[in-house]
Amino acid sequence: MYSLIVFLPLLGAVIAGFLSLYNRDRAAEIVTVSGLLLSLLFSIIAFANVAIGGVPETVVVARWISSGTFIADWSLRFDALTAVMLIVVTGVSSMVHIYSIGYMSHDNARARFMAYLSLFTFAMLMLVTADNLVQMFFGWEGVGVASYLLIGFWYKKEPAHTAAMKAFVVNRVGDFGFALGILAVYALFGSVQFDDIFAQSSVIAATEMNFLGYRLPALEVAGILLFIGAMGKSAQLGLHTWLPDAMEGPTPVSALIHAATMVTAGVFMICRLSPMLEFAPLALDVITVIGALTAIFAATVGMTQFDIKRVIAYSTCSQLGYMFFAAGVSAYPAAMFHLTTHAFFKALLFLGAGSVIHAMSDEQDLRNMGGIWKKVPVTYAMMWIGSLALAGFPFFAGYYSKDMILEAAYAANSGVGNMAFWLGCLAAFLTAFYSWRLLIMAFHGAPRASAEVMAHVHESPRVMTLPLLVLAIGAVFAGWLGYEMFVGKDMAQFWGASIFILPNNTAMVDAHHVPTWVKLLPIVLATSGVALAALFYGYWTSMPARIAAAFRPIHQLFYNKWYFDEIYDAVFVRPAVRLGAYLWQRGDRDTIDGFGPDGMSALVYRLSGFCSRVQTGFVFHYAFAMLIGVVVLVSWYYLRFKGA
Amino acid sequence: MIDNWPILSIITFLPLAGVLSLLLIRGDERSIAQNSRYVALWVSSFTFLVSLPILIGFDSTLTGYHFEEKAVWLAGTGIGYHMGVDGISMPFVLLSTFLTPLAILASWQAITVRVREYMIAFLVLETMMVGMFVSLDMLMFYLFFEAVLIPMFLIIGIWGGPRRVYAAFKFFLYTLLGSVLMLVCMLAIYIDAGTTDIPVLAGHRFSESMQTWLFLGFLASFAVKVPMWPLHTWLPDAHVEAPTAGSMILAGVLLKMGGYGFLRFSLPMFPMASEYFAPLIFTLSIIAVIYTSLVALAQSDMKKMIAYSSVAHMGFVTIGIFTLTEQGIAGAMFQMISHGLVSAALFFCVGVVYDRLHTRDISAYGGVATVMPRYAVFFMFMMLASVGLPGTSGFVGEMLVLVGAWHVSSWVAFFTATGLVLGATYMLWLYRRVMFGAIVNDAVKNMEPMQMREFTIFLPLSFLVLLFGVYPMALLDVMAVSIQFVLDGLSANGLSVLAQN
Repeated sequence: MYSLIVFLPLLGAVIAGFLSLYNRDRAAEIVTVSGLLLSLLFSIIAFANVAIGGVPETVVVARWISSGTFIADWSLRFDALTAVMLIVVTGVSSMVHIYSIGYMSHDNARARFMAYLSLFTFAMLMLVTADNLVQMFFGWEGVGVASYLLIGFWYKKEPAHTAAMKAFVVNRVGDFGFALGILAVYALFGSVQFDDIFAQSSVIAATEMNFLGYRLPALEVAGILLFIGAMGKSAQLGLHTWLPDAMEGPTPVSALIHAATMVTAGVFMICRLSPMLEFAPLALDVITVIGALTAIFAATVGMTQFDIKRVIAYSTCSQLGYMFFAAGVSAYPAAMFHLTTHAFFKALLFLGAGSVIHAMSDEQDLRNMGGIWKKVPVTYAMMWIGSLALAGFPFFAGYYSKDMILEAAYAANSGVGNMAFWLGCLAAFLTAFYSWRLLIMAFHGAPRASAEVMAHVHESPRVMTLPLLVLAIGAVFAGWLGYEMFVGKDMAQFWGASIFILPNNTAMVDAHHVPTWVKLLPIVLATSGVALAALFYGYWTSMPARIAAAFRPIHQLFYNKWYFDEIYDAVFVRPAVRLGAYLWQRGDRDTIDGFGPDGMSALVYRLSGFCSRVQTGFVFHYAFAMLIGVVVLVSWYYLRFKGA
Repeated sequence: MIDNWPILSIITFLPLAGVLSLLLIRGDERSIAQNSRYVALWVSSFTFLVSLPILIGFDSTLTGYHFEEKAVWLAGTGIGYHMGVDGISMPFVLLSTFLTPLAILASWQAITVRVREYMIAFLVLETMMVGMFVSLDMLMFYLFFEAVLIPMFLIIGIWGGPRRVYAAFKFFLYTLLGSVLMLVCMLAIYIDAGTTDIPVLAGHRFSESMQTWLFLGFLASFAVKVPMWPLHTWLPDAHVEAPTAGSMILAGVLLKMGGYGFLRFSLPMFPMASEYFAPLIFTLSIIAVIYTSLVALAQSDMKKMIAYSSVAHMGFVTIGIFTLTEQGIAGAMFQMISHGLVSAALFFCVGVVYDRLHTRDISAYGGVATVMPRYAVFFMFMMLASVGLPGTSGFVGEMLVLVGAWHVSSWVAFFTATGLVLGATYMLWLYRRVMFGAIVNDAVKNMEPMQMREFTIFLPLSFLVLLFGVYPMALLDVMAVSIQFVLDGLSANGLSVLAQN
């Protein structure tokens, strides 16, 4: 039955794929949605058995690759970590499937869309149930392809297919690290199976390996290489550039893939590998630093953007940073907790934004919105709930999980931990600021859209608002419900063997005993962020522009996303294309062919031309040549033997 | 009962029987053309069916050669008629017999002049390819190995594009120059060992200095065939000018002759030299992976881009073979079979749109997915297989090669793995420019949807690519024992350091 969780979405995708060839959109919707709902049902059962009941299970499906001692099976691992992901993935995915029926109702390729969504869900489920690194890589690249297909779903639009390709290629850079990480792990452990790796980690911890000419601590190398993969998939600083562009895809895709599930795969991977990474302290520090930097970097960019989806995308990027630095200070349960709550409220925010875009006749620019809150009350309320949860206001989901992360970072009591704590607090302030900036600009104030658009503003149909309600329930209650299980007193029992923390990494335990000011600071910061946004965008509306003008260089830096795209374009993309052209023209054509076949044949041609020219056919030419020959011969003979 | 049949000889020479019947066709030009197509298709399909028993009857647990046939040929000279397959050659035999009918089907409409001669060339080509893979006598191998050249030379030179003569001669010269050196080496081997029987030679110990020279001589021939950098420039020209089916066979089977040669000759007969020259091979192959990937980025001709991508993919193969590890060699073998299927399919993808628009210029396309949605599915699938997506056959080979490469040095693995990123870049870019976007060229709007015939070619190719991606054991199991045999030979020669894995 457990394998049905994974394979039902695949079946749905295949059937919907065939239906799309015959434009049977409605049938495809029914098939994929029912597949997903069944999968969700089984996931809940699995969650009850595996996580709450504490009975992990592994289902071996078939042998996949085996060569010598390199063995990777198709095998599904169900433990607490997987069970949590199953709920998140199938839960959000089924809601997004339903929502898409409404959102995509004007599109004429709905069957294809539903097929891609289910294909994505299958790949994601393969990723979270993987029992070895290679199968995880299968899911990893599989979700990448599904994401590529979905970002480029409107393939006729130039920005869409550009963004799709960018997402795939940037992710491939991360996967390059992942693949090398797998090789390093195999070289070290002689296996890619999780159980084998975890069993030997404490022993291998002391080994060194030769990597690119350096002798380095082996586990650190493997850990960092694998983390590079996580950075690509989870859009961490440096490999994040694809995520904002990915917003070119339909909004349900942004909610499912680029907020709730796929982008959290990196966090999941780090938590999955906790038994190995616990013995790689340096790798964990790297994760903490990158996570903290991403949290603050993305927040600074997010507060200057005007595209409603891009604001939320940067917010996602920033929240993923939180999860990573939580994992980096060994607070894996806190990371997983935030992953779960974030899935609900961020999907809610995205779908809410989609509802706004839908209402505004496909307008995405915040500058052209405003004054619509009375016309879309449900959406408006949902966006409030999502924002409250995101900013971490008391008793909403984000309050429990985000505060837990900050407290754990503080309790880690290390240099990188403190850095993560303070950057995380600052990012919390910015989070509240940009969330209410978005709310106020989108819903309040005078309408800035054309009268025609405003006349069309309408609440979305129930097939779209219903999933919003379900997710809103999660965004409100998930934190409160999950607290004791995920990070509270039942923590050890709940996670069982799926997460391993060394006894002397006490951040997770100490987080419950931090000073009161640490507990209060995030709320104070969030409240002031909201207040500042209300001040700037509600009352004193000329202020943002004046501040932007006064701090122009900084604003430009934030607004242009720290110029990452420009730098990458100048450093990697254009030189690669130019180098390619150069190697082709100068290398292949001029040098290799020039000295090789073309040069040779030209030489032969010239030589033979010369030989044929010598044969003129005139007797006196030959006679003259003979005469010269005789003279030379005689003189040589004479000179040679005269001396003797 | 079937055990006693000379099945390998039957598979090898059956296409020649088809040639005879092609010669007998009479009638006006149109009916000759049409009948030739059908005869060639039936003969090659039948040959494929006949070749299936060597897959079904293959006992992959046994070492050594299966379905062996021995006959006296030149009595008393040590030269004989000897055929047989092991886990290394058997997949290639099937690849050849599988791709030939598809290639003939692919030329159904594209070839309109001298159809009979064209089909004869293809059937002769099939005989030569199969013969080469089943030969267990060096002289026979050489004859087939060289004879493959002739029909391919004619296919490019007669039915090719505008610069076909230049391309055909370049192809011919390169391969011939390489094989002259190989012939010299074969003479030296014969004089030294007194036999041309390959299994016997594999057990013969050549002196170390002799191994060096023989290795280099064979390398000259195989490196051209693979092709390895910098001997690769004939390939883009040959592909660009060759008709679609010619490209399919060229990329699908002919490029594998080099890799096969390394496994059949270089590793078993010159183990010390193989180890000695491995760093050289790694260097050239890594250059091939990175250099040709970058060059592929700069191409504006679809076929040229895929041709360059073939060079990069074959770089993985040579790296895998010379890691001298089980995973590396298995990965190389897998990569060869996978590339045989995927590149044939990709060249056919180009052929499909070329037949409609008569240009290979990427910029003439754009938005093809709108008019040919089913074609878009197949092209997308093959494109993803080419970039090594897990779940397709492309992944397994690359992954195993990387495992072997890391065993040698993390540098080799590091540079080889850059191919993953670069490969994705140029293939996705190609797909994007051809298939996505708005239609800018009016001719694209009028492109016909995919025909049943084209569908019939894509379907089996896609099926196998998916099968080998999801269940690669179907192939890995077949090869494992033979690869282990090669490795045992290496460690018997004292190369235990590398062979242990």
